[in-house]
Amino acid sequence: MRPSTEPVPLQTGALSESELAKPGPIIAFENVSKSWGSNHVLKSLNFDVQPGEKVSIIGPSGSGKTTILRILMTLESPSEGLVSVDGDVLWNVAPGEKPKETRQLRQTRRKIGMVFQQFNLFPHMTALENVVEAPIHVLGMEKAEARERAADLLNLVGLSKHMNHTPPQLSGGQQQRVAIARALAMRPKVMLFDEPTSALDPELIGEVLNVIRNLAQSTDMTMLMVTHEMRFAEEISDRVVMFDHGRAVESGAPEQIFKNPLEERTRTFLRAVLQR
Amino acid sequence: MIWDNAFAVSIIPQLLQGLVVTVEITLLGTLIAALLGLALAILRRLAIPVVSQVVTFAVVFIRGTPLLVQAYCAFFVLPDYGISADAFTTGAIVIGINYSAYMAEVYRSGIQGVHIGQWEACTALGLPATRVWGRIILPQALRTVVPMLGNYLIQMFKDSAVLSAITVVELLGTAQAIGSSNFRYLEPLTIAAILFLIISYPSSRLVNRLERRYAPQH
Repeated sequence: MRPSTEPVPLQTGALSESELAKPGPIIAFENVSKSWGSNHVLKSLNFDVQPGEKVSIIGPSGSGKTTILRILMTLESPSEGLVSVDGDVLWNVAPGEKPKETRQLRQTRRKIGMVFQQFNLFPHMTALENVVEAPIHVLGMEKAEARERAADLLNLVGLSKHMNHTPPQLSGGQQQRVAIARALAMRPKVMLFDEPTSALDPELIGEVLNVIRNLAQSTDMTMLMVTHEMRFAEEISDRVVMFDHGRAVESGAPEQIFKNPLEERTRTFLRAVLQR
Repeated sequence: MIWDNAFAVSIIPQLLQGLVVTVEITLLGTLIAALLGLALAILRRLAIPVVSQVVTFAVVFIRGTPLLVQAYCAFFVLPDYGISADAFTTGAIVIGINYSAYMAEVYRSGIQGVHIGQWEACTALGLPATRVWGRIILPQALRTVVPMLGNYLIQMFKDSAVLSAITVVELLGTAQAIGSSNFRYLEPLTIAAILFLIISYPSSRLVNRLERRYAPQH
């Protein structure tokens, strides 16, 4: 049987009492579409994330997973639809209208941090300088305080010995951990991870996953992660969403998605990636 | 005409004075070109509706007309409109503006060479534009353009001879003046050429070394 082409409502998974008690989703996509010419990357997507929830997005390449993160980070605009974060409208694009940045975009964006596949550290600055840059120049933090906090964060990701090294002097895994510290320094409510280990040598993946795991377990930050690390997604997520062809095919608790997927498309995808 | 050693030696001090003027005008012109070129490159990149078009037109205009014509216009035509300066100042400004159009292209390529991920990281962190340009993008872009700017400096050093046409007493102008007053051109022009070479050849070698040093390391 072919997978249904109707978007699957994503709030069907059982929510705990505490989650139900919270005021509303921290991330909400309402009928969001994104296309490049005739290529429809997202097709009227409806997708919510609750405060504090750790959500992993899985699916084949080109299924629109990364686009969700990029729209949230305002690196791309939706072709149409409504995106809100923490109750503020980030994007509101009517059909046929040109996307316009909303007035509160700058403020709202501050609640979001992002970790990129390619790290995107500033290569001419030390690890410490990378981490203090935004707190000083965006949040207006005192230099001494920013440095102290940055040192704590670099310590948290296990890099206290490398604070004064520049990215070219660090391994990929170390660079990605600096990038995580840099994003955390802005105290975001929502952290986006865009395939954080895809560019890493296999033996360096573990150290980055450990840092993300610790964050997931020790903070109430909302985390949204696009990943190909299935076992890791299963371990740390509250919910896993399967994407294909610009639609959320299936959404549910990790045990359900990985052990007992409802949709045929999820089954074939998992069979393909887990059998490697 | 046979080379006259005594005459040649006697005119060297005068030619060296001309060389000093050439060097001065080159340094001043390079300073103007480097700063103005950077401003033009950033203005084009910011894509402000009317401003970008004006800048693009100015660059096309400057690159599409000879330096000599620009120098003549600035020196002989602009004074009719109440804008005048001495030959040296006019020469430095004209050659500076002329080269800024070329240097703007060099900067543009340097800015384009900065990986898009750097811009995205700036957006993700919400850095203000002054910080994005001043601390993140330009330091990386300028690194790659330093050798190219050096090449333009050497080219300007030689091109500044054109400014003798608007009575700037630089190296070539001095050589011509000596030639016409003594009816001997062989010695002054030969020595002038050698002096140009003495400066430009080691400078080219230096730029080559810079190119190797600033070559992308990855």
